[in-house]
Amino acid sequence: MSAIAPPATADTAPPTPDYSEYKLVPARHPWRWVGTVLVAAGVAAIAWSLVTNPRWEWGVVAEWFTAQSVVNGLIETLKLTAISGVLGFVLGFILALMRLSASPLLVSVSWTFSWIFRSTPLLVQLLLWYNLGYLYEKISLGIPFTDVRFFEAQTTTLISQFAAAVLGLTLNQAAYSAEIIRGGILSVDQGQLEAASALGIPAWKRSTRIVLPQAMRAILPNAFNEIIGLVKGTSIVYVLAYSELFYTVQVIYNRTQQVLPLLLVATLWYVVITSVLSVFQYYIERHFSKGALRTLPLTPLQKARKFFATHVAASPTKDAR
Amino acid sequence: MSIIAARKESTTTAQADAENQTAASVTSTPVAPATRGQVDISNVRKSFGVTEVLKGVSLSVQPGGVAVIVGPSGSGKSTLLRTINHLEKVDGGYITIDGELVGYEVRGNKLHELREKDILKQRTHIGMVFQSFNLFPHLTALENVIEAPIVAQKRSKAEARKRGLELLDRVGLKDRADAYPRQLSGGQQQRVAIARALALDPKILLFDEPTSALDPELVNEVLDVIRELAKSGTTLIIVTHEMGFARDVADTVVFMDQGQIVEAGTPQDIFANPREERTRSFFSKVIEPAFNI
Ligand SMILES: Nc1ncnc2c1ncn2[C@@H]1O[C@H](COP(=O)(O)OP(=O)(O)OP(=O)(O)O)[C@@H](O)[C@H]1O
Ligand SMILES: [Mg+2]
Repeated sequence: MSAIAPPATADTAPPTPDYSEYKLVPARHPWRWVGTVLVAAGVAAIAWSLVTNPRWEWGVVAEWFTAQSVVNGLIETLKLTAISGVLGFVLGFILALMRLSASPLLVSVSWTFSWIFRSTPLLVQLLLWYNLGYLYEKISLGIPFTDVRFFEAQTTTLISQFAAAVLGLTLNQAAYSAEIIRGGILSVDQGQLEAASALGIPAWKRSTRIVLPQAMRAILPNAFNEIIGLVKGTSIVYVLAYSELFYTVQVIYNRTQQVLPLLLVATLWYVVITSVLSVFQYYIERHFSKGALRTLPLTPLQKARKFFATHVAASPTKDAR
Repeated sequence: MSIIAARKESTTTAQADAENQTAASVTSTPVAPATRGQVDISNVRKSFGVTEVLKGVSLSVQPGGVAVIVGPSGSGKSTLLRTINHLEKVDGGYITIDGELVGYEVRGNKLHELREKDILKQRTHIGMVFQSFNLFPHLTALENVIEAPIVAQKRSKAEARKRGLELLDRVGLKDRADAYPRQLSGGQQQRVAIARALALDPKILLFDEPTSALDPELVNEVLDVIRELAKSGTTLIIVTHEMGFARDVADTVVFMDQGQIVEAGTPQDIFANPREERTRSFFSKVIEPAFNI
């Protein structure tokens, strides 16, 4: 290689001028500044109109925001979200494993489940569950094709509004989360399973300790999308006259005729829930990105602390940390 | 099948030769004679669909022996290696390790496939190192090494950690124990993978092209670790394209082509005086250019 390399240029090329005394000036971005000013002006105008336009009726919003009935509705919404979210993902996980199994029967049952629940409107599913008593008067648990019954009850007493809501939301959620979880599992390299089984690690531990922690990275963003969708999606159970947040607000504004402010009350609560969930999402995703990134980025809290440490607190030992 | 019988004979004579030679030159005998890790592959056949990838392969490796398998791409080297720990099921023939059948048990006059649990147990005696490392990216180097001892062998965490650090030290990576695989170079990752395979204290170690995913300057750090292992009395079966390394470390070189072992013998026999025309033409393509640089 060295034989072909061009001869040293020191004596032929003109000497490089010495720039060591020059000052460095970063490039200027005038259009970035123009853009920033325009956007800031727009945001200010919107904020101004929100505050000054009396028709938003912020007083009414504040009055109802923490009213007992609204808070009760909020609790119902959270309850529905939590129960059907958890049950939906557990069932979805089982469905995903069935779909990935080697048994053709399990695969087709899982596929059919997702097919049915993804292709019927949630509204129809909820009404069907609630009116199950019309289709089947009694529900019983026993040995099929015999007279043995362990348990029997009137359908209408069994399926309350709450039960119909949870059933509908859970099964629907399971169908979607099954696909999300399956996608996550498929995204993990086949070599990981091979290495784990070559090490004699049992099948269940292979899934829970090797595949799932890696699959979580692909699962989490979509899963949080689903959960956040579910928070607002629970409002659909108003068709069952179930008094969650949205239904409660509707009942109130039908009485008081303050439609917009009360819709704002519900909206603000949804914003609060979504914001809290987003914070959870950030930290959970960060936890599961262990090893996937060469270096983990700092959390906002760590950034703030670092900023404080370097800029505000100790100015004499500027380079210390 | 007569070809295979003949070949098996030639293998044994080659081994006898090798033993005579080691008797003469004491340097190449292992420090303590190994007593475990005898591998016998007997007439193994394997097809994928209609293509027969292994066409009756027989091979014996002595305890503590180092067998290096070479051959053109697609000749079935990886497949043969994967049958040894039952990652690939055979269609015919059988494999024993220290006399124990791999993946099967005898019931009556039939070989019944073992339950998953028992196969996993057998695999803990057979370490495997992959071309693409296959480290678990969400676990640190040390966690990678101690995962199987804790989960598959139910050892205590403290004990596994202690042994894990020893092993990382042995492959020269004690100070990187807490690094994640993506924070390590390819050569370092492969050394962690070797430590991980050693953590189960296997009788046999299988290497499938352990250096072919590495940059040339990282190859030697991995080969040096394998050279050390070769002296330690663990049986090694290595698939590689590094002919110089094969010549150094092997006591048996096996040349495979089109799903068959064409010939096997000491490095001198195979590299310097190959009997078969196919072997000669393969090495003339692979070795000469490599050694002329
Ligand atoms: N799972 C599989 N399904 C179908 N064919 C396969 C499978 N695995 C391997 N083969 C085929 O079997 C043959 C032998 O493959 P194998 O990986 O054992 O070759 P190899 O000798 O290791 O080659 P290389 O040096 O390129 O790694 C190839 O023709 C390959 O295409
Ligand atoms: Mg291969």
